Amino acid sequence: MGNPNVGKSVVFSRLTGVQVISSNYAGTTVEIMRGFLKLGDQEIEVIDLPGTYSLEPGSKSEEVAVSLLNESAKDEIVVISIVDATNLERNLYLTLQLLEAGVSVVVCLNMCDEAKHHGVSIDTVGLEKLLGVPVVPTCAITGSGIKMLVERIKDAKSNPRDKSSHRERWQTIGSIIEQVQRLTHRHHSLRELLEDASVRPFSGALIAIGVMFASFVIVRFIGEGLINRVADPIFLNFYQPLLNKLSQVLGQESFLHHLLIGDLINAKIDFKQSLGLFTTAPYIEFAMVLPYIISFYLVLGLLEDIGILPRLAMLLDNLLHRIGLHGFAIIPVLLGLGCNVPGILATRNLESRRERFIAATLISIGIPCVALQAMIFGLLGKFSGFYVSGVYLVLLVIWVVLGVILNHATKGYSPELLVEIPPYRLPSLLTLWKKLFLRIKGFLIEAAPLVLLGVLIINVLLYFKLFGIFTNLFAPVVNGLFGLPKEAVVALVMGLFRKDVAVGMLMPLALSVKQLFIAAVLLAVSFPCAATFVVFFKELGLKDLLKATLIMCAVALTVGTLLNFLMR
Amino acid sequence: MRKISLTQMKGNQKGTILDLAGGAALQNKFMSMGIYKGREITKISHIGLKGPVAIKVGRSVLVLGHSVANKITIESHD
Repeated sequence: MGNPNVGKSVVFSRLTGVQVISSNYAGTTVEIMRGFLKLGDQEIEVIDLPGTYSLEPGSKSEEVAVSLLNESAKDEIVVISIVDATNLERNLYLTLQLLEAGVSVVVCLNMCDEAKHHGVSIDTVGLEKLLGVPVVPTCAITGSGIKMLVERIKDAKSNPRDKSSHRERWQTIGSIIEQVQRLTHRHHSLRELLEDASVRPFSGALIAIGVMFASFVIVRFIGEGLINRVADPIFLNFYQPLLNKLSQVLGQESFLHHLLIGDLINAKIDFKQSLGLFTTAPYIEFAMVLPYIISFYLVLGLLEDIGILPRLAMLLDNLLHRIGLHGFAIIPVLLGLGCNVPGILATRNLESRRERFIAATLISIGIPCVALQAMIFGLLGKFSGFYVSGVYLVLLVIWVVLGVILNHATKGYSPELLVEIPPYRLPSLLTLWKKLFLRIKGFLIEAAPLVLLGVLIINVLLYFKLFGIFTNLFAPVVNGLFGLPKEAVVALVMGLFRKDVAVGMLMPLALSVKQLFIAAVLLAVSFPCAATFVVFFKELGLKDLLKATLIMCAVALTVGTLLNFLMR
Repeated sequence: MRKISLTQMKGNQKGTILDLAGGAALQNKFMSMGIYKGREITKISHIGLKGPVAIKVGRSVLVLGHSVANKITIESHD
C-alpha cells in the first residue's frame, strides 16, 4: 500500500514478476492485482492496491484499497507500506495510520536514487527505530534494494500506536522528519523551471498545445510509416502469393473459398474488400489497426511517464467544469482515445457517481478508440485531410454539447479538483517498452478473436444472402435520414460489436465521400465494441448503461440526419 | 500579516494556513494530503480568474479547484 504515484506497481512487478502498467501520475492502478512471491519454500500472495492518501477513502479506487485491508485478517497479512523518499513527510501519514490500525508493516523507502538527486538524505536506521518496523531503501525502477525488501518481509511486525487525531499525527511526523531527514539546498535545475512553467497560465497553455500537437503528428507519422513500410509490404509481397495459391486450390465457387478468401475483386484478392477469414480479417487487425495501436501507445506511454498529464488536468479544469467534470477527467478521456475500456475503468479515480456517469458516457460516445481512428484514416485518408479533421471536429462539438446537456440534466454533485502534480521524470526505456508490450498483447488477445468472429458472421450471412430482411427493415432510417445505402445498416449494427470490422464492411459498398464521412461519424458516436458495453455495465450498472445507450441512439439519429441535410 | 483566501494570494507568495472550511470528507482529504492549520505553503500560480490554484506544500505540488482553494484561509507573510 502507499500514496498515489510512489511506485507501488513497480515494486509489485519486481516482487512477483507479474507485469503491470505503471506511469508517472496518481491513479494509474485502479484495480487490485495479485501475484505470487517465493520466500524460501513458502509461496506468499502479493497484492498491488490502488494508491490512497489515508485510510479514509475519497474515491472508488481508494475505497477498493481500504476495504481490502479492512476485510483481511490482521494476523495473516503483512502490509508493505511504500513510501516516496523524495516526499517522506506527506507519505508517512498513511504509514502512521497503518501502524495505528495494528497491522504488520514493513516500510519500503522507494525512489531513493531520485531523493539523493534532489539533495534529500534519509537516515534509514533512525527511521526504523522511530517507527519500530523495518525500513528498506529501494529503487524499484532499477531493482536495487528489492532483494533486501524480500528478506525483511519476515521481520515485519506491528507496532500498535494509540489512535491519534490528524493534528497529532502531523506533529509526530514533523518530529520524525526533523530527526531523520537532511536537505542540501540545490539550485533550481532546468527541470524545475520547466515544471513551474507548465503550471502557469500562458507558458503552461503553450507547452500543452505544443505537446498535444506534436503527439498527434508523431502518432500519425509512426502509424503511417509502419503501415506503408512494414505491414503493407509484408502482406502484399509475402502473404498474397500464398493466398493466390490457396485460392486456386480451393476453386472460386466453393463455400470454403468464400469463407477463407472471400470474393475476388477484379479477379484479384483485395485485402480491404474480399471479407474472407484469411484475407480481410488479418489485414484489418495487423495492417490497419495494429500499426496505430503501436504508435499511439508509444506516445501515450511517453506522456504518462514524463508526468505531463496531471498538468493538462490543471489547465483544462476550467473548461471541463462546464460539462460537470473537473480537470482530472482528462486522463480517462485520453486513455479512452486508445481504448474505451481502460478509459472507463480509469473513471474510478473520479469521486462522485455523477461524474463517473458523465465521463463514461462521454468517453463511450464522443471518444473514438485508436482502432476506429485507424480505420477512419484508412477510409477517409485518401481524400483530403479536410474529411479526417472534419470527423474530429464533429466529435468535439458533440462531446462539448452533450457534456453541457448532461451537466444540466444529471443529478448529484461534482466535487472539485484536488490532486497532486508529480515531478517531471525521465522515462525509463524499459518501463516504456514493457508497458507498450502489455498493451499490444492486451489488444491482440481481446480484439483478434472478435474480429475473426465478426468477419465470419458477415461472411456467412453474405453467402446465404440473409441480409435482405434486415436491411429493408432499417432502410427508411438509414437511407431516408442518413442518406446511406440500406446495406450500410449491417456495418452500423456490426459496429456495436467491433468497430474495425464495421469499417471494413463499409469499404466494399462504394460510398461517396459524403456518405463515408457520415458513416464514419455514426460509427464513431456509437459504443465502440462489445467489451465497452460489458465494462460500462460492470462499472456503473444496468440502469446507467441503458441510459447511456439511449443517449447514444439519440445522438446518432440527430447527428446523422443533421449532417446528411447540412452537407447537401 | 493579513488574512486572505488562497485564491487572493499572488504567485510565489508564502503563507501559513489559518483556517480550513468544508465538510468532513474534504477535511479528511486535506489532512491526508498534508494541508492542515499552521502549515506553511507557497502559492505557485492560478489559471484564469476562476481557475484552479497550484501550491507547494512541503515537497509536493498540489492543484486545487477554485472553490476548494476558496475554502482555505491564509495568513500571508508579507
